[in-house]
Amino acid sequence: MTALAPVTGATLDVEKIRADFPILSRTVRDGKPLIYLDSGATSQRPRQVLDAERTFLETSNAAVHRGAHALSEEATDAYESARSRIAAFIGADPGIETSEIVFTKNATEALNLVAYSMSNATFSDDPAAQRFRVGPGDEVVVTEMEHHANLVPWQEFCRRTGATLRWFSVTSDGRLDLDSAEARSVINERTKVVAFTHQSNVLGTVNPVGTLVERAKAVGAYTVLDACQSVPHAPVDVRALDVDFAAFSGHKMLGPSGIGVLYGRRALLEALPPFLTGGSMIELVRMEGSTYAAPPARFEAGVPMTSQAVGLGAAVDYLSEIGMENVHAHENVLTAAALEGLQAIDGVTIIGPRTTEARGGAVSFEIDGVHPHDASQVLDDSGIAVRVGHHCAWPLHRAFGVQSSIRASFHVYNTLDEVAALLDGVRRVQDFFARDGVVL
Amino acid sequence: MKLETMYQEIILDHYRNPHGHGLRDPFDAEVHHVNPTCGDEVTLRVHLDGSGPDAKVVDVSYDAMGCSISQAATSVLNDLVVGRTVGESFDVLAEYQKMVQGRGKVEPDEDVLDDAVAFAGVAAYPARVKCALLGWFAFKDAVAQADDNAPELEEHQ
Ligand SMILES: Cc1ncc(COP(=O)(O)O)c(C=O)c1O
Repeated sequence: MTALAPVTGATLDVEKIRADFPILSRTVRDGKPLIYLDSGATSQRPRQVLDAERTFLETSNAAVHRGAHALSEEATDAYESARSRIAAFIGADPGIETSEIVFTKNATEALNLVAYSMSNATFSDDPAAQRFRVGPGDEVVVTEMEHHANLVPWQEFCRRTGATLRWFSVTSDGRLDLDSAEARSVINERTKVVAFTHQSNVLGTVNPVGTLVERAKAVGAYTVLDACQSVPHAPVDVRALDVDFAAFSGHKMLGPSGIGVLYGRRALLEALPPFLTGGSMIELVRMEGSTYAAPPARFEAGVPMTSQAVGLGAAVDYLSEIGMENVHAHENVLTAAALEGLQAIDGVTIIGPRTTEARGGAVSFEIDGVHPHDASQVLDDSGIAVRVGHHCAWPLHRAFGVQSSIRASFHVYNTLDEVAALLDGVRRVQDFFARDGVVL
Repeated sequence: MKLETMYQEIILDHYRNPHGHGLRDPFDAEVHHVNPTCGDEVTLRVHLDGSGPDAKVVDVSYDAMGCSISQAATSVLNDLVVGRTVGESFDVLAEYQKMVQGRGKVEPDEDVLDDAVAFAGVAAYPARVKCALLGWFAFKDAVAQADDNAPELEEHQ
């Protein structure tokens, strides 16, 4: 998705899609139609996903991979089938025995899984795990635009291992600085891990995965891609991107909360020590010690989330039927309209790239003289749901010299009318706080 | 309309012209409080005369970055507690906290709350309650740090 050109002309029957999402027809704040522009935080779920979960729970619910009764077999099939479809959705191996997909609670847990499993290699006597050993003198590279979920786990990883954290900074137009003199040496022969976001949840920036993977590979470093904001919105093929690990959350891609995905190259998952331990992830247990199951089971300790996995399987079916190219094209139209409309309003500043080039549909901005919290209160009063705050990217906001921002974000069910309502809402914010002719 | 109920003119006035703004000497304790969900921050100092509930609040000075609700609330705090005793200030805080956390079901006591009664509308918006309490909790914390004999504040949840 790094090089998709801007697309004009919507290709979707959005009204038909909206009819699948019961929540979108509700009203808020004294009867105003809900205008949901916060899918970057969490997306809404279509009936197809809700039905899949309910049907599973009403017919096949049981603990998966435990017991040999009929329900247990059906539940296990449903769970593994979801895994296989999700794998195919992102271009990973769809095989059951060769799976590269690990289910987690969310992307945050998936990223922590990688960081903790890697640092556990230090204490592992498994020769295969030694390739992940990291210690003093080694370096981990992240970027200044990371969500806290792909930053704090690496800070902690460095604290545990003694490695040093380094990062690419962000330019004033919201791109990674990859080419300045300092940036050139960020990835070097000491680098062991390069962890970065595919698409910024604040700026919308789509990062050049190819460039980063190439530099990481040249020095033998592992790559970890935060795909939370890319997998839900555009075609993503982890094999084509050639990353070692990738993480995303179900709840941002029309699926349930409580389920996330870690993709890992099969050979790496096979060598990686476990993170959480306990039931379901073992091969053999004795009082003196235990051995561990092959992946993905090794990384799924305890009874896993089942209806959520089934729901996420239904979500990728739903998205595949629409076609991720179409989802991306549709959001591109909305993003272009929002960027253009917001820039045409005096006193509004976009934080991030101002065109749709290498950019997704998270549009963050500031309104002069109005605190984002106050702005969102007025928007909310018009039925418009946006996110305000630092969006779990505090260092990024600091880099832009702001405390917080307002973010509108889109998904396949949003419309150009809703973008227009946002623009009206922003003007209402300005009017409201300029009462008595005094701009605050 | 609900929105105007929260953004009372008196709140916007305090926001535009905060009372007692700026950090001053002398002081007995300084605290820094942050609302981690939005990044709003306040640095607040208290200067007390005496100890325990009868200690007098001589000054509350502060430097704050935040939304209109949090800024105005800290400004009103300054108005209401400077010149009072710590005991009286905590009574106001207890009543104020009860009101803003009351989901609109608590009848505010105007005699105790004075200008702070303007924040009653905040109770309808749970997401903003933290904004209304940021400066007040910083004050409570600063008093506790300044004086080992500071009274305990009654908790209303
Ligand atoms: C870019 C990015 N990374 C990571 C996350 C963390 O996702 P979750 O909270 O579902 O674990 C999010 C979402 O909040 C995100 O937008």
